[in-house]
Amino acid sequence: MAAMNILETRGLTKTYAGLKANTDINFVLARGKVTALIGPNGAGKSTFVGMVSGRTPATSGKVFFEGRDISALPAHKRIQLGLAYTFQITSIFPGLTLHENVALAARRILGGDPAKTDAKVRYVLERVGIDDRADQIAGDLSYGHQRLLEIAMGLAQEPKIFILDEPTQGLAESEVQDFIKLIRDLAGETTILLIEHNMKVVMAAADHITVLDQGMVLANGTPGEIHANPAVQAAYLGTADA
Amino acid sequence: MEFGPHLMLAALEGAVTAAILALTAMGLSIVFGVMRVVNVAHGEFYMLGAVLAWWVATVLGTHPAIGFVAALIIAPALVGGIAMVADRLVLKRVAYDADRTIVATIGMLYIIQQTTLMTFGPDARPVEPPFNTRLALPWFEWGENGFAMFWPWGLSTTSYKLFVIAAAAVVLVALWLVITRTKAGLLMRATQQDSETAQAFGVPVGRVYSLVFGLGAGLAALGAVLVVPIQQAHYLMGHDPLLLSFIVVIIGGLGSLPGTVIAALLIGMSDGIISVFFSPTLAKIIATLLVALVLVFRPQGLMGRAQT
Amino acid sequence: MKDAAKSNALHFGVLATLLVLFFVLPPYHAGNLSRIMVLAIYAMGFNLVFGYTGLLSLGHAMFFAAGMYGFGLTANLAGWPVVPAFATGIVCAAALAAVVAALALRTAGVSFMIVTLMFAQTAYLVVLYFGEYTRGDEGFVVQKAARMIGEIDLTTDTARFFAAYILFAICFLGLARVIQSRFGRTLVAIRENEERTRMLGYDAQRHKLYAMILSGAVSGVAGAAYAMLFGYVGATFASVQYSIFPLLWVLLGGAGTTIGPLIGVLFMFYLIDFSSSFTNAYMLIAGVALVLLTLFAPHGLAGLVRRKVFAWLP
Repeated sequence: MAAMNILETRGLTKTYAGLKANTDINFVLARGKVTALIGPNGAGKSTFVGMVSGRTPATSGKVFFEGRDISALPAHKRIQLGLAYTFQITSIFPGLTLHENVALAARRILGGDPAKTDAKVRYVLERVGIDDRADQIAGDLSYGHQRLLEIAMGLAQEPKIFILDEPTQGLAESEVQDFIKLIRDLAGETTILLIEHNMKVVMAAADHITVLDQGMVLANGTPGEIHANPAVQAAYLGTADA
Repeated sequence: MEFGPHLMLAALEGAVTAAILALTAMGLSIVFGVMRVVNVAHGEFYMLGAVLAWWVATVLGTHPAIGFVAALIIAPALVGGIAMVADRLVLKRVAYDADRTIVATIGMLYIIQQTTLMTFGPDARPVEPPFNTRLALPWFEWGENGFAMFWPWGLSTTSYKLFVIAAAAVVLVALWLVITRTKAGLLMRATQQDSETAQAFGVPVGRVYSLVFGLGAGLAALGAVLVVPIQQAHYLMGHDPLLLSFIVVIIGGLGSLPGTVIAALLIGMSDGIISVFFSPTLAKIIATLLVALVLVFRPQGLMGRAQT
Repeated sequence: MKDAAKSNALHFGVLATLLVLFFVLPPYHAGNLSRIMVLAIYAMGFNLVFGYTGLLSLGHAMFFAAGMYGFGLTANLAGWPVVPAFATGIVCAAALAAVVAALALRTAGVSFMIVTLMFAQTAYLVVLYFGEYTRGDEGFVVQKAARMIGEIDLTTDTARFFAAYILFAICFLGLARVIQSRFGRTLVAIRENEERTRMLGYDAQRHKLYAMILSGAVSGVAGAAYAMLFGYVGATFASVQYSIFPLLWVLLGGAGTTIGPLIGVLFMFYLIDFSSSFTNAYMLIAGVALVLLTLFAPHGLAGLVRRKVFAWLP
């Protein structure tokens, strides 16, 4: 069982000035699968992945990556182990070209070899479908393309776990369809943790779903099971008018 | 002089330094607190206050008291006006960006200082105090004959120095009342809390910024007018007050007004006292190093609380 | 890699031009070139942290002065030969930069500026405090013996030019290489978006530390070279003004460009040279320049060229 789980958290808790944002989260991420983390606004999803990636220090609890306790590692060390992270609010290098944006991501794992880096950048940009814009300045891109660029930057790192925080937020309908296809393509190659609001995307892309509500794990299961779960429905309906 | 009277003399000198410093540093602190920018030209506004005080007193050429009172009103007002113009012309246009404001105010520092050099010249010039009675001070001792009071030679101060301390205290109290009790103060505090929300609620943030920048410069100028009968006006006199104000504002917690006053007292008094007993250079070395380390290890200041 | 070829051509073109200028210019201006190149080394050192890494230090004079006194004191007081004295200057500057950066980099933004300013002020006061050795503001003249490398007399115009030229070329080409390297690109990434850089798995803190140490060392080269070539060491070079100068040069020439520092020093040098012939308030020019640059040309001269004409400008 342990070998199947690439990532595990035990009792992960975050308290902000006495308020609990995350309480005792025990979570497992199955290797090679697409797992979606869903929940109403303010359920603590971003706090949770922040603690997993090391951006947000945990108040208590532990994070295990491939069986190793990484709780004490700073963010950049966790990334070096094979975690890639895309931000909820697009975070790119706006003053640099797309090529350089992705090259920065690729260079860390490929070392100083420019030819290898170049090949990798081209491959990744093609994969997300923005290779024709490689020489543009990233800040000039449309929002949707910036999101794709972020995904390209994640892919260029050849991550073992790819954390996507609200990747489809602000995308057009057609772009969302392409995104679902991309995620299904990636499944098997890497492990994906998807934080997503759009239930259509979740249902179409995820193998497994974990639901957070008020900082606690509410339910776990396949998309079908979650869909039928009355507690989940109540949580969503309960906050729909809030 | 013996140790005790000597210490008392040092403390008195320190209190004068602290009073001036409190005014000057308060100006810097208000600007930082409300506008979130560091005004590197602050020391030059101080210098400008002193130079204008000399100018007003010389032009009027009447009784020193009249010249002084006129300078006390005109110099800070003029300096405040100049600062407001600078705010409109420069700081507003760089949108109060922290880095660019620092660079621009460094530029303003040299513009003010060098223009003064070209017009006022390189000499130091005095302003006559309105009154300056020497007051001898007593000292008490528990000697062989029991409790005794005597007048050690050299232990004295002047009525003007006592006036400086009192005047600074009055200004600080008035300032505190303005900030906490008036509408202008309310607008300032609202802008300080959250300038965007304040703007949304109809606070004229742009004008508040100009006024605050002018007020900050005016406080520095006021401090300088008070000090100029003791020190002389000189075009390079802005350097030390700038550095000391930085030190005070940082030790007191950036933007915290009570912290600024306490820190000014602490730094002013200890500067006066340490300078009497140790090399002033060594005292400054310790002070600047201390400030750097406070910023590194306790960025909220020695007296401030951690910001949330 | 067409852009790389272009920037190589540019860099060698600049070096060739400087060489030609030395032979064609009248002696007064040819002599100025040495000073301009030494100051440009200082500006390039500063540019590495300010222009490329996005860290605004207001205390670089302490590194320049560390190089200057590291050289001057060992050469004059201890009578060391030029080469070890020069090396001492660089090591002093790098070591000081390492200590200052390790502390100052715990802060960011405005605090970073004030912390570096305060450390530099402390360094300046330390120079004054040890006036017995440093001669304080008055300074001291470096003995002729300390300005000889073997038989080469660095006090002659030609030797001085070539010494400055070689040091400039090494720093100029070396830093251009650094900027193109993985390290340099990561510094630019930190300037553009530090959080993202960290979340790509780079140790941003360590990169900034190394950038500061390298920048300090290069500033130290400039300081030691200044003492060696112009024979004077004084506390003025540790004062706030000398922390402001590189900022001014780099802003004027173009922050984050390889040739910006040289252009900035060249312009400012002649601007001040020109204005000081009719006023002693020549720093007024510097002040006006700073305000105008902030308002109208935050990217400097080379930055303008890069935006409008040559996007490849390194």
